[in-house]
Amino acid sequence: MLSRTAQHLYWIGRYMERAEFTARLVEATIRLSALGDHDASEQAWRSALAVVGSASAFAASGETFSPAGVRRYLTLSEDNASAVRSCISAARDNARAARTALTVEVWEAINRTWLVIRDRTKPGGVQASLNLVDSLKAEIRGFEGALARMLRSEGSWFMQLGAAIERGDNTARLLDVKYYLLLPPGQEVGGALDRDQWSTMLQIVSAKTAYRHIYSGPLKPWRVADFLIFRDEMPRSLAASAEETVDLLSDFAARSGRQGLADRLARKRLDRIRDLDIGTVVQNGLHEWLHAYIRDNAALDQAIARQFRFG
Amino acid sequence: MAQGRPFDELWGASRDRTPRADFEAVAAWLTDLTPAELVRRQEAAEAAFRSLGITFAVYGDEEAAERIIPFDIIPRIFSAPEWASLSAGLEQRVRAINLFIDDVYGARKIIAAGIIPADIVLGNAQYCIAVAGARPPHGVYAHICGIDLVRTGPDQFWVLEDNARTPSGVSYMLENREAMLRLCPELFDALPVEPVDSYPELLRETLQSVSPGRADACCVLLTPGHFNSAFYEHSFLADNMGIELVEGSDLEVDDDVVWMRTIHGRVRVDVIYRRIDDFYLDPLVFNPDSALGVPGLMAAYLAGNVTLVNAPGTGIADDKAIYSYMPEIVRYYTGEEPKLPNVETWRCREPDALQYTLDNLDKLVVKLVDGSGGYGMLVGQAATRKEIETFRAALKAEPERYIAQPTLALSTVPTFTDAGLAPRHVDFRPFVLTGANGIRIVPGGLTRVALREGSLVVNSSQGGGTKDSFVLAPEDDDGQAGGAG
Repeated sequence: MLSRTAQHLYWIGRYMERAEFTARLVEATIRLSALGDHDASEQAWRSALAVVGSASAFAASGETFSPAGVRRYLTLSEDNASAVRSCISAARDNARAARTALTVEVWEAINRTWLVIRDRTKPGGVQASLNLVDSLKAEIRGFEGALARMLRSEGSWFMQLGAAIERGDNTARLLDVKYYLLLPPGQEVGGALDRDQWSTMLQIVSAKTAYRHIYSGPLKPWRVADFLIFRDEMPRSLAASAEETVDLLSDFAARSGRQGLADRLARKRLDRIRDLDIGTVVQNGLHEWLHAYIRDNAALDQAIARQFRFG
Repeated sequence: MAQGRPFDELWGASRDRTPRADFEAVAAWLTDLTPAELVRRQEAAEAAFRSLGITFAVYGDEEAAERIIPFDIIPRIFSAPEWASLSAGLEQRVRAINLFIDDVYGARKIIAAGIIPADIVLGNAQYCIAVAGARPPHGVYAHICGIDLVRTGPDQFWVLEDNARTPSGVSYMLENREAMLRLCPELFDALPVEPVDSYPELLRETLQSVSPGRADACCVLLTPGHFNSAFYEHSFLADNMGIELVEGSDLEVDDDVVWMRTIHGRVRVDVIYRRIDDFYLDPLVFNPDSALGVPGLMAAYLAGNVTLVNAPGTGIADDKAIYSYMPEIVRYYTGEEPKLPNVETWRCREPDALQYTLDNLDKLVVKLVDGSGGYGMLVGQAATRKEIETFRAALKAEPERYIAQPTLALSTVPTFTDAGLAPRHVDFRPFVLTGANGIRIVPGGLTRVALREGSLVVNSSQGGGTKDSFVLAPEDDDGQAGGAG
């Protein structure tokens, strides 16, 4: 396979995953903001910007801060490369360029997703945003379904690899922001707002019910962290994404008979996660640990690009 | 048409009463179709073709739907003897084209012999000085030729122009057949239609055969990228040949060897079917601003390490002034009389011809020698007085840029129109493959049809559509040709 094609496929995976994550973030933030007062609502939208690392870019965009403004910025703004619409557009551009490596179903799923959001320039009311997110989620499920039916070889592996790397990054950022930037001073840990936030966070990673099944008790911050970091049965956990990355790279290695830096980094990361538990992480500083994870993930992304000779 | 009714390929001169010999079955099929059924099929054809087109096209939205060229379900048909004589003529012409290109970039014997003036060749914008003296692997220059033909009577076929650069449109030949097999399967039961679906395989064999050395040659298709309007044809052909579709940035030249960057490392490339023009091939030799090409590619080519298909410089054979010498060219290189005649052509660079052209502008078709796609062309009969006068001034200013031809009564084929079935003018582009393994022609091609009543311009940019082109198998065939292939 051409390196350029591989690069396009990898970025289809990353952008589609990022689009869904941002869409879910918007959905959950709308909900969270509806539960609290005016200040809580503002705080919710500020934290949403922080999760996707866009706080300063938003400030620089010249737009005045308001829940509706942030909602627009995260979903439709053409100035925001990480907006849902920009991500889907970028995924589609990559898909066009790698069209011959895709099945008709995968191409059509990506194109349909684009058609849902293409003509949207104004976010409309809150309900319009929720409807948009719902439609997008359905189309992205269609993309994942089409992806699962592709030939199990390089073509699908690169898209899955991109998605796995992106997912790890997203979940780590979400955890980090929610734990350290979200709680307004004076709010008691374990209070009503607090519980809403834990529940919102689980909703973003579509794991609210799953949490109840596994922990069968009230929402506890350290359990949510344990769930999103260490439980590999939870598809969006860091452990699951680290494991999927190792598995996909092993598939490549089995096919080509060769390994590289990306394989070593991915295995080392998985080993480290398996040797840890939530108690140790919290004791040594969750924030520091998550930041290290995000850095390692970026290093792995770079190693993948070098190993497969992306342009 | 001023000259009365043109030749109809189905009904001859019978005014829709008696089909020509060999075409009774088609006439029966057409007569049996009720108008309602015809409308239904044509609508189904459009829908099917659209989805087929969109499937192949990378564009997936309305703008792409508009790009699909109109398709007419009534096929254009060649009998076995017609095809046999056509393909013999095509083979002869393409053989001569390759020998001509070899000569003008080599010994230039034809110029020394005074058959063709030196300035028309060496002073031509299409003459590629960078490859003068260099011979491509296996001596083949124009591996893929599209020869545009028109017809004026039962046995009157004429070559309208030669396309030896990067002829396009072959994907329509293949897609049109797919659409016909889906929509009119009974036609293939009634008629022994020769299949065309071996084209990608023959093309791949042709590419393999001209490899500069290595037996298991790595062939690739070089495209300008997915923003090019013909991209879907590029991806369609690469897919069907099972070769990589590459862009300039996927290739690199190292020590005069071409490599392709893959996830498993560099892979050596032997043959490049390039769908980008000479001018963009290599920024070091041609256009320095080209981001489509590959720096060093020409050096690798001149070192004999890679084959370019078609070879750089073949555009010289497309020039319409050169075209006017094709009968002499064919005679000179093959020692035979041309089997396919040229349309009578006046070279406006010659004073007598210019005078004749100026005196008869209202009857002639005047073309730029390097024009294509129906642009830069005057159809005197259809032009307004003002258009004629504008053209007259241009002609007088730069006569060497123009040729003139008579207005031909192009043959017609019954075509589905808003007012029911009606005759419409057609032309034909068969595709001729030349490799180290000889010349091969798939029995078929691209038929273009002028959908506007009376129009002679078939270009898709000017309201043209396409039809499937059936070639019937010889009668002594064992009957397998009727299969779907």
